[in-house]
Amino acid sequence: MDVLTLSRIQFAATVSFHYIYPPLSIGLGVALVIMEALWLKTGNPLYHQMARFWTRIFALTFALGVATGIVMEFEFGTNWAAYSRFVGDVFGSALAAEGIFAFFLESGFLAVLLFGWDKVSRKMHFFSTCMVCLGAHFSAIWIVVANSWMQTPAGYHIVETPRGPRAEITDFWAMVFNPSSVERLFHVLCGCWQAGAFLVVSVAAWYLLKNRHVDFAKASMRVGLSIGLVASVLSLVSGHESAQGVAKHQPAKLAAFEGLYETTTNAPLVLFGWVDAKNERVIGPKIPGLLSYLTHGDVNKPVTGLREFPPEDRPPVQRVFQLYRLMVGIGLAMIAVSVIGSFLCWRGILFRHRWMLWALVFSVLGPQIANQAGWFAAEMGRQPWIVYGLMRTSEGLSANLSANAVLGSLILFTLIYLLLFAVFVYLLNDKIQHGPDAADLVPSGKLALPRRQ
Amino acid sequence: MIPDWLDLNTVWFVLIGALFTGYAMLDGFDLGVGALHLFTKKDEHRRILLNAIGPVWDGNEVWLVTGGGALFAAFPNVYATVFSGFYFVFVLLLVALIFRAVAIEFRSKQPMRWWRQMWDVGFACGSVLSSFLIGVAMGNIAWGIPLDARGEFAGTFFDLLHPYSILLGVTTVALFAMHGAIYAAMKTEGELHEQLRGWINKTIICFVICYAITTMATLLYVPHMAARVRANPWLFSIALVNMLAIANIPREVTHRRDGRAFLSSCVAMLALMTLFGLEMYPHLILSNPNPEHSLTIYNAASSQKTLGIMLLIAAIGVPLVIAYTVSIYWIFRGKVKLDRMSY
Ligand code: HDD
Ligand code: HEM
Ligand code: HEM
Repeated sequence: MDVLTLSRIQFAATVSFHYIYPPLSIGLGVALVIMEALWLKTGNPLYHQMARFWTRIFALTFALGVATGIVMEFEFGTNWAAYSRFVGDVFGSALAAEGIFAFFLESGFLAVLLFGWDKVSRKMHFFSTCMVCLGAHFSAIWIVVANSWMQTPAGYHIVETPRGPRAEITDFWAMVFNPSSVERLFHVLCGCWQAGAFLVVSVAAWYLLKNRHVDFAKASMRVGLSIGLVASVLSLVSGHESAQGVAKHQPAKLAAFEGLYETTTNAPLVLFGWVDAKNERVIGPKIPGLLSYLTHGDVNKPVTGLREFPPEDRPPVQRVFQLYRLMVGIGLAMIAVSVIGSFLCWRGILFRHRWMLWALVFSVLGPQIANQAGWFAAEMGRQPWIVYGLMRTSEGLSANLSANAVLGSLILFTLIYLLLFAVFVYLLNDKIQHGPDAADLVPSGKLALPRRQ
Repeated sequence: MIPDWLDLNTVWFVLIGALFTGYAMLDGFDLGVGALHLFTKKDEHRRILLNAIGPVWDGNEVWLVTGGGALFAAFPNVYATVFSGFYFVFVLLLVALIFRAVAIEFRSKQPMRWWRQMWDVGFACGSVLSSFLIGVAMGNIAWGIPLDARGEFAGTFFDLLHPYSILLGVTTVALFAMHGAIYAAMKTEGELHEQLRGWINKTIICFVICYAITTMATLLYVPHMAARVRANPWLFSIALVNMLAIANIPREVTHRRDGRAFLSSCVAMLALMTLFGLEMYPHLILSNPNPEHSLTIYNAASSQKTLGIMLLIAAIGVPLVIAYTVSIYWIFRGKVKLDRMSY
């Protein structure tokens, strides 16, 4: 295989492995803030026990997020040097801002969140939890801004330098608020909240099925389902916004999402199907006019098809089409699961419906798969461009990299990641089987001091 | 908004230098603690060492991440050349950092002996290897690397492992081990503390020997790294500060003033990095041979506009970062005590 393919596989593998953990940290961060707020408000030790238990899980996901994130930051330089030279002026500042505003905040207050239980007051601990959660959200903001700039570049101009052309910034805020960043950020965050919320829900459902830690499980279930319900519905809203943005700014990508070759009015929406790339058509059940309606709010407006683009400018249709359908399918299923779950939980009859509890146990996989599918669809849909319309992926590569070097590092990373994943799952399972600590029902240290009313 | 007399390129040279110096002073001690980890035999002692760095190591590593990000933004050509040119050095560094990070987190999660032994080895090897590779990278930057006319690295992986860079790698391991021993002594008490005091002296001896050899090698084989001090003798005072600071460490340790010993060690690192920066300025990477292809703070930089925006970001962000770094160290001051949430 050539250096380009290997580098792409390596980037995709390392970033998707990284992306297992940030959504969990971000989503669990929100859950922790809510649990601790409830504890502060009610003084009920059950919430203290919950916060402690989920903090331990959080520590695990966070550690893996950090360990795998550094790889990503270095990889821009190691494998995509030409790309780094081209975008550094614009893109680097978002990455540097991420370090200064997000990572320092997160890692600093993480210390208090994990180790400060007995050292600081309740309010200070709650404040630290909020800061860790905020820091995690900040890092999502900056990285999504950077990535969105690659999808829909804005606020730059191209300048000739002795080392070839490069993009230079002209307007910082236009770069930050490029046409796709706000809706994509919103959508990414919804996906993260779902990932965290359904982990909580899944563990709680497991305890209910096994009739263990029942009070703990019921309280966790309520918190998890509330976040999950809101985030699932907002995913649909923000995903829809994103799709309209894609139709406007990256029409080739939307056409690939929908497998649409011919530009037509009254364009149909394919529910599921198979792309017959040779004959440029899609086989599967369609709803006439729905695609035009979703993109423009009007069935009589045309949607651009792939034939408008020369073959070398088209993304890989089949994969993008299927991945996109997978994400949306799971998105709709998650809404159904969280609506039914919330309804049963609200009526207080959830634990009588074992099938539903089983569904909730497996619901943890949904957001993870949808997150991966979503990124793959969005990134592959951008191909063949690394920076949309400005630089092709093949031009972004490091100049003097040998295929063997990349193959070597790819094998190395794959082996290490497999090991890490196995250990992560083993420890996660171990913590879940062990369950919440009964000692956590009794606050200790400074936290045990009476609260001033 | 930014006055004309201010040379943004120089400002960023200094700021990135400051970020990497902060990294060396902070992560230096936890890498050093890692290097000493296997020398303690008792499980409880190892736990104490881990918890001495527990609340802070992640924040320390962020100095490296932010330094890398700032380099990317301010001098993208250097970032691209160094990271792609030193491909395997950085891949190995990543592997080392990954193992270190997860070992700290995983080690105490299971009680089995083999489990703890395995992650202890991962932690120690990861720490030593990271320190060594950072030194190797510094050594190559001081020595100079072959660059072509486009500023791309034109050598191979093995060109990077010459005696001088290996020497710098070993010196870095020794420096961090000394720094880590002092830090650990500051955070411990009792038997472990007494043991660590002995190690401080041994690590100082190691470091001083390495440092003397490095200095001689630099004067003999890398004369351009001493040119500025030779031309401006008053700069020798920085080298003097460095030596006095190192000499001060054993004195403070004998008087059981570990905090001051740690400060001396920080001052020594600051002086070393200052000398390094002064000798490099205005170069970021020396090309050797063909010095005309060198990357400098002018020909490798981002636009003035970006450097200005970044300065603003730094002006807002850095005071915040310093504020919470200081408060975290304050909250976790004093000797380590193990509790339920400890590693
Ligand atoms: C939606 C969120 C998101 C996305 C798309 C990414 N990350 Fe990430 N990253 C996080 C959200 C995050 C986080 C939640 O903030 C992490 C996980 C755990 C943590 O410590 O921070 C993190 C950790 C993390 C770290 C370690 C920070 C530390 O040492 O504390 C680095 C260097 C990166 N990331 C860099 C990247 C790069 C270069 C990415 C793009 C290719 C990337 N991340 C995608
Ligand atoms: C964490 C979420 C992300 C995921 C899951 C993801 C996924 C992917 C995938 C699957 C590819 C390979 C595409 C292909 O080969 O067709 C890719 C490529 C790439 N992505 Fe992303 N991406 C993510 C975030 C980012 C971000 C935030 C950036 C930049 C800031 C980025 C920059 C790139 C680059 C430089 C490539 C290499 C070019 C290529 O192979 O297409 N990605 N990404
Ligand atoms: C419910 C229906 C959903 C719709 C209509 C939808 C729509 C979209 C669209 C159009 C994109 C591409 C945006 C772009 O390329 O700029 C996208 C990307 C993405 N989706 Fe979804 N989505 C849905 C559900 C979900 C769910 C449930 C998750 C995860 C839990 C998810 C996670 C992602 C991610 C991580 C990306 C990549 C980041 C991005 O480009 O914004 N999506 N989605």
